[in-house]
Amino acid sequence: MRAKVYVTLKPGVLDPAGKAIERALHSLGFEEAQDVRLGKYIELRVDGDTANAPGRLDDMCRKLLANGAIEDYRFEVGD
Amino acid sequence: MRWGVITFPGSLDNADTVHALAQVLGDPTVSLWHKDRNLHGVDCVVLPGGFSYGDYLRAGALARFAPVMESVVEFARAGGLVFGICNGFQVLCESGLLPGALIRNRSLSFICASIHCRVEETDTPFTRSYGQAEVLALPVKHGEGCYVADADTLLALEDNRQVILRYVDAAGRATEAANPNGSLRNIAGIVNASRNVFGLMPHPEHACEPLCGGADGLGFFRSVRASLSDGAPTRTTSVPPGL
Repeated sequence: MRAKVYVTLKPGVLDPAGKAIERALHSLGFEEAQDVRLGKYIELRVDGDTANAPGRLDDMCRKLLANGAIEDYRFEVGD
Repeated sequence: MRWGVITFPGSLDNADTVHALAQVLGDPTVSLWHKDRNLHGVDCVVLPGGFSYGDYLRAGALARFAPVMESVVEFARAGGLVFGICNGFQVLCESGLLPGALIRNRSLSFICASIHCRVEETDTPFTRSYGQAEVLALPVKHGEGCYVADADTLLALEDNRQVILRYVDAAGRATEAANPNGSLRNIAGIVNASRNVFGLMPHPEHACEPLCGGADGLGFFRSVRASLSDGAPTRTTSVPPGL
């Protein structure tokens, strides 16, 4: 099955890249764009027992894909 | 004493670190390979600067899973001295041996500069050869050197005197302008609660000879040697429960 993992910076963690994107959007005339935060999107295929997939994905996020000191994560499993 | 310097795929400063330890300091020094679980009986393990595993995913995130790191974690938990420089600091944070994380510089630019930092604590095996509040001139070169941690962690670091180095100006003042990368509280280097694991973003191994612009970095390595010859490598200070 296919899985989509979203890794985002925790609220309050500095995001200089997000700030730079926000400034660029403003300079292009998109003044309404606020609070831009840059995160990561990871796609993967998960083989094996589908019932175990959410637990295994959670392990993957905790052990590697996200750093709990600065990042939050969520994931979606599809078919 | 015997030093060990790890080489990960993408390490850059392993050779300079070996040079500083073996040639300048004159100590026996062993190169440790990332696939090697054997630390070859070294007394202090150095994780050098560079871009281990291309900094993919996050700086230091993949090096943490190198076979040698299992031995380093075990060595550190047993009280062994571990010294992480730049990318080595990032690896130590990712592996949970040091709290917090290092993220992209506030400026979004890679910085290569000579900076000043102040020695905040001298009662560690890594800084005992320096004077309290001594100001050092050291080089930095990094893209992800902005130290961050949550409010509780920062408070615990300050309360336990785990902040060992802070970015300052030449006069020793920890100002915003003297902070090259946006690190919270101008933090340039920390130790763990047991004071046997040390990480810093500046590069002491590049500041060991006048030819390279100064020798202010040598004191870190001399401190380790002095601590080990005392037979007290892991002097610990009392830490409140729960930290």
